[in-house]
Amino acid sequence: MVDDIAHLRFREDSPHEEPAVTLDSFLADQANATAVRIEPGDDARLLAPYIERLALVEVSFPTFRDGRGYSVARILREAGYRGELRAQGDVLVDQVPLMRRCGFDSFAPTAAIDPEVLRRSLDRYDYHYQKAADSLDGGVQPIWKLRHG
Amino acid sequence: MYKYDEYDQAVVDARVDEFRDQVRRRLAGEITEDQFKPLRLMNGLYLQLHAYMLRVAVPYGTLDSRQMRMLAHIARTYDRGYGHFTTRQNIQYNWIKLEDAPDILAELATVEMHAIQTSGNCIRNISSDQFAGAAADEVADPRPWAELLRQWSTFHPEFSYLPRKFKIAVIAADEDRAAMRLHDIGIQLLRRDGVLGAKIFVGGGMGRTPMIAPEIKDFITADDLMSYLEACLRVYNRYGRRDNIYKARIKILIHELGADEYRRQVEEEFAQVKQLGIDPPAAELERISAMFASPPFDPAADDEVDRSDPDFAVWLDQNVRQHKQRGYAIVNISLKPVGGIPGDASAEQIDVMADLAERFSANELRVTHAQNIVLPHVRIADLKLIWDQLVEARLAEANLDLISDIIACPGLDYCSLANARSIPVAQKIAQRFADPARQRDLGELKLKISGCINACGHHHAGHIGILGVDRKGTENYQLLLGGSGAEDVSLGKITGPGFDEDGVVDAIERVTDTYIAVRQKGERFVDTYRRVGMEPFKEAIYG
Repeated sequence: MVDDIAHLRFREDSPHEEPAVTLDSFLADQANATAVRIEPGDDARLLAPYIERLALVEVSFPTFRDGRGYSVARILREAGYRGELRAQGDVLVDQVPLMRRCGFDSFAPTAAIDPEVLRRSLDRYDYHYQKAADSLDGGVQPIWKLRHG
Repeated sequence: MYKYDEYDQAVVDARVDEFRDQVRRRLAGEITEDQFKPLRLMNGLYLQLHAYMLRVAVPYGTLDSRQMRMLAHIARTYDRGYGHFTTRQNIQYNWIKLEDAPDILAELATVEMHAIQTSGNCIRNISSDQFAGAAADEVADPRPWAELLRQWSTFHPEFSYLPRKFKIAVIAADEDRAAMRLHDIGIQLLRRDGVLGAKIFVGGGMGRTPMIAPEIKDFITADDLMSYLEACLRVYNRYGRRDNIYKARIKILIHELGADEYRRQVEEEFAQVKQLGIDPPAAELERISAMFASPPFDPAADDEVDRSDPDFAVWLDQNVRQHKQRGYAIVNISLKPVGGIPGDASAEQIDVMADLAERFSANELRVTHAQNIVLPHVRIADLKLIWDQLVEARLAEANLDLISDIIACPGLDYCSLANARSIPVAQKIAQRFADPARQRDLGELKLKISGCINACGHHHAGHIGILGVDRKGTENYQLLLGGSGAEDVSLGKITGPGFDEDGVVDAIERVTDTYIAVRQKGERFVDTYRRVGMEPFKEAIYG
């Protein structure tokens, strides 16, 4: 079992160490912070003007059933955010491939994830029907693109 | 019909592998039932009262003979020799072993079928008009659009953990045979200035708070469809309620925001999403459409039919519908024999229907939301031969759209959510009105039964609806009148205090007697109800 966050990072740079501030604090009086934490009810679009100077956005998943964070991730990536995007909380191994497609590139799950299951799960699908955050900048091409060029 | 290419097949094969791994981890105790539940649900596997139930997708209700035979094979090999066709044009098996589920999916994958997203809080199987491609009144075949949506919604990374389930229907005719406006999103294809596009309705549904979907977009072309729907879903995923499972459907969000405010938010989101280039090119819709081309019709096909057998003539009038092509007809096979279980078919019957489709209907079948089967492209000259074989297979019930053509959920006989049984009530009603001449005299009368407030049996949309509830530990049935799931969509109203099982059958008879007494010429039951209102019926029921 992996419980070291370094193993669940899909980035080359080193992990960002500054503690994340809440979105409210960031917008109110901590605009110099470089790490922000997004809770499920937060409007991630409010971060759009600041994304150039953010190094870490941590998106909280209090329960794996709450899928708002998937939209948060795509919205930030679509807005051009390139820093670390971390899914934190009740993140299950079977959700990681979908989260990767939405733009998450690091994971801090509450419960340990079996690296072997994770590897299989990330390798499983060769093709995807839709464009998502992983298609930005010419990444993953959807099946219709493969069909029609 | 749509044919998989290497990509479609690879996705479905990968899904089989994924689910096999998930089941293995569950059986090995590596994941808890709580963690496994959303995984199995995303693949149509429910834990019911007695066993696992597997719901297999029949995309937009269309399948070929080879696929139909596979459904029979699964019924025989892994279940108890029958299957149950559902109101969302799928089929479910009620006696499945968890350890068999991966093998079943592997078998389905060999005939381009799957159980992907037939349950769970995700975009479900796309439903459509069962007469698509055969109806005389359609502006285009809606199925290519439905197939585009199937692909777009399959494992959508952003919309797999929505607040609640999400159902989409696509139609292309003014007559609504798919209960389009009772879906989370209803899409109606139409032409404007010669251009094919779609009108989008959002926020319909049944359940405990039934709503008719308001129109959100008056016209959108295929070029913008995915972006627009992605915007609709993103607003819902972000702002749909997650604090209360009974208020989590998109209809509640739209009801609370108002259609205008929801539309404004969608348009704002659409402006962002449209920049992403997520819409497939026109060539993709053309590629799909080519596979739905009409089968080769014989232009010389004869319109004449020998009506000398009176039973055959009755079936012709009741179950056969007009086809767009002269000399052809649409055959409706009723899965509602008097005393039977609505929507059930045995493996042998499924095989018979597959054989008939292969021989007489360009190899095609449809599942209807009323839980019947359609042979869409039949030569009028072959109707008698088909009927003879249907009679032999006990599939020739001539009751399409009559009072015994009942939609019923599985109810307390199978379902862990139900408060009351549905099937025995359906059987008693069908027996009470068993006389075919009496049924035909009552005319079109859509009767729908749900065994709990979740409304899987569409009781809100029944001309006559029945809702089973639990009242102090005993089953109690409420009666509703005046609903419709068709183009004249409306929601039924409760008559008053509920009844026990026999009481509700008596009450229905008093309702139909009242209809016969006060109807005007040419009026269907629901027309009379709309003209005279609830009072005469209430008076007859409660005195």
